[in-house]
Amino acid sequence: MTKAITVSGLTKTFGRTRALDGLDLDVETGEVHGFLGPNGAGKSTTIRVLLGLLRADTGTAQVLGGDPWADAVTLHRRLAYVPGDVELWPNLTGGEAIDLLARLRGGIDKQRRDDLIERFDLDPTKKGRSYSKGNRQKVAIVAALASDAELLLLDEPTAGLDPLMEVVFQDVIIQAKAEGKTVLLSSHILAQVEKLADRVSIIRLGKIVQSGTLSEMRHLTRTTIEAETERPATGIEELPGIHQLRTDDSRVHFAVDGEHLDAAVRRLGEFGIRSLVSHPPTLEELMLRHYGDELEHNGHHSEAGAA
Amino acid sequence: MSATPSATNDTDDTGAAGAAKARPAASPRASESASALAGTGTLFRFALRRDRVRLPVWVLALFLGTVSSVSSFDTSYDTAKKRADVAETMDSPAGLAMTGPQHYLDDYNIGSMTGHQMLGFGAVLVGIMSVLIISRHTRTEEETNRAELIRSGVVGRHAYLAAALGVAVVANLALGLLLAVGMSGMGIDGVDGQGSLLYGMAHTAIGIFFAAVAAITVQVTAYARGASGMAMAVIGAAYALRAAGDVGNDWVSWLSPIGWVQRTYVYVDDRWWPLLLVLAAAVVCGAAGFVLSTRRDVGAGLKAARLGSPVGSDSLTTPLGFALRLHRGLLFGFGAGALLLGVMYGSILGDAEEMIEGIDELEEQLAEVGGANVAESFASVVMIVLAVVCSIYVVMAALRPRAEESAGRAEPLLATALSRDRWVLSHTIVGAAGGTVLMLLAGIGFGASGAASTGDGGLFLKLVGAALAYAPALWVTIGLAVALFGWAPRAVAAAWAVPVYGFVVGYLGEILKFPGALNDLSPFGHVPQLPAKDMSWTPLLALTAIAVGLVWLGLVGFRRRDLETK
Repeated sequence: MTKAITVSGLTKTFGRTRALDGLDLDVETGEVHGFLGPNGAGKSTTIRVLLGLLRADTGTAQVLGGDPWADAVTLHRRLAYVPGDVELWPNLTGGEAIDLLARLRGGIDKQRRDDLIERFDLDPTKKGRSYSKGNRQKVAIVAALASDAELLLLDEPTAGLDPLMEVVFQDVIIQAKAEGKTVLLSSHILAQVEKLADRVSIIRLGKIVQSGTLSEMRHLTRTTIEAETERPATGIEELPGIHQLRTDDSRVHFAVDGEHLDAAVRRLGEFGIRSLVSHPPTLEELMLRHYGDELEHNGHHSEAGAA
Repeated sequence: MSATPSATNDTDDTGAAGAAKARPAASPRASESASALAGTGTLFRFALRRDRVRLPVWVLALFLGTVSSVSSFDTSYDTAKKRADVAETMDSPAGLAMTGPQHYLDDYNIGSMTGHQMLGFGAVLVGIMSVLIISRHTRTEEETNRAELIRSGVVGRHAYLAAALGVAVVANLALGLLLAVGMSGMGIDGVDGQGSLLYGMAHTAIGIFFAAVAAITVQVTAYARGASGMAMAVIGAAYALRAAGDVGNDWVSWLSPIGWVQRTYVYVDDRWWPLLLVLAAAVVCGAAGFVLSTRRDVGAGLKAARLGSPVGSDSLTTPLGFALRLHRGLLFGFGAGALLLGVMYGSILGDAEEMIEGIDELEEQLAEVGGANVAESFASVVMIVLAVVCSIYVVMAALRPRAEESAGRAEPLLATALSRDRWVLSHTIVGAAGGTVLMLLAGIGFGASGAASTGDGGLFLKLVGAALAYAPALWVTIGLAVALFGWAPRAVAAAWAVPVYGFVVGYLGEILKFPGALNDLSPFGHVPQLPAKDMSWTPLLALTAIAVGLVWLGLVGFRRRDLETK
């Protein structure tokens, strides 16, 4: 398999802020790659370097076999980008902005454009300034997907979308993947990426701290379970991978490591489940669990304690 | 009144706003207006805090500019003979159009000279300061959505506008008092204390008037740029009307508030009542602004947003077509303005000839200037004004790429196959071509109405050609802006120095007799002063080459730097 994106040792500083600190990233051709990290971790900066909008201080980056800074224009014909914070021209309608962006990229599939506009329930006759954040986001998504790009760079593309539209978005990305497109999907919400991504890279403070397929990272995920059973559930604590167990009569609350989820739910089933709620771990929980020491070291913990 | 009970509960809460609200209201009506103004004091102090550098710079620059001009009058025109000479020069259409009404000339001492030559410009400059204050503290706040956050607090409907007007009043009052004290303290004959107080207060009054005009225009359009542009068009119209009136019929000047302040005949008759007229007009405009603001939503203009085309046309979706679309509104506005300004100046060209005919001495003087006839030398001075007005558009157009970049709208465009060079060039070309078209329109207006008013048909082509000769100077202006954009994007506003410097040196310099070397620093200073002087191609070709070089330099810089993102 060839690589759509290869990045190694990328650094970028803005004044005294070190936005990227030796970042390595590999994205295979044809995969959906989740790019996860908390706000301010350097996701947008990485994507902007890949677009040749920012020039890296050191390190190398290759996009579709080209240098993103030197070959920006030729590469841009083959990729499409959805910024995290979409700003539109106040006087242009959404439809005009879509056509402008797509044609400047090198062409637009009219049928697909109209189809996407309908699926995303977007009114293309409204002027840019009257769109809400979610609708501005839709404009950028439609513009990116309506042209025939090999690589999609999506920077928190669903940040302003409602849940219904998020489902549409997921369908569209699955379809794009089926067409053989490569997708780099950044997000700060793990659950969002989990549904779509083949592989995931986690970025923190400008560095990739974890990278791999989701099953490889299964050990990282810990699901929270809240259940009500007909008979009080006992013996849960004996199971492997159980944390923070609290029981209260018929209610039970615990966290379980991803690989042991199956066993825990089976055990619960023995007591007759009346209701069951499970939460996937948030990225923040994951980061806290794995890098809590470091956070404490940096004084974050004491701040939280004081508050 | 829902505000009163909730306010009593809030007394032990925080802040002055809560306390003010809690005071028992005299009548429901009073409490309503008090709540509409809630938070004004806080916003006012906040605005002063934000402008703590900007306003003192404006006020001091205007004050020092005035004082140094007056002292240069005093040294340049130290004898009665010299003053009589300059009075005679000023008693010409060009002189009167550039300065003020003829009555000042009766006894031309340093005081009346100041009132005559400086008051009109002073009015324009304090007007610009006031308009920018109002639009910055009202419409810009709404456009950036900051107002939404503020207005969700305990802030009344009228607080923003009231606070902005308060800042404008304070700035204008500070300037007025500074002028009154500073000028009476100069100890120059004819510049007495009584007159200086009136001179200062005339600035205060006209500044407040234009602030009140801006209070209306910021309600009309949803964009700060458009609101400022409309208010500045009012300033321009007021100035043009008084120019027309002072040369031709006096009653035309009475249509203009700048004409009113000039009719205080400061340092001559010291009449105060025209200032009352100005203040009354300010109150009316300000009140209209408050009323209009209740007829619209936060963030919206008076006109409802219309729906538009669901698809982008072929012409829109090319880089050049898109740039043209973004510049269209501004270009149309300036196009109409340039044409009207040209027509206005052309219409007094005929008066100019009549007025001077038969006065041998003046004819001789103009012959020295080198003009073929009176109309032509007047025309060549007018050309500088037209070029400066067009260069204002050109700078606004050239700043567009930077505005797009800061607003985050360049990012999605440059992530397409549009190269950085082509993106910047598309805006540069629209700006350069637009500036040229504006000069052409101004020349056509000036030429057509000038030919009509003088009855000299040959003047038309001469004036159109003279106007077009300024195009390369406009291109240099753009080039400078592009170069700044490439290498020092945060300093790109420094491109405003070109029109400001061009105006001060090319126009005021004529009156104040600046040394010629200063003129050489301005691109406008190198343009042959057609039709009074002969055409020469070398400076125009040199200007064009400099413009191309600057644009190239800017592109090189932009290619190398990071795009600034939000």
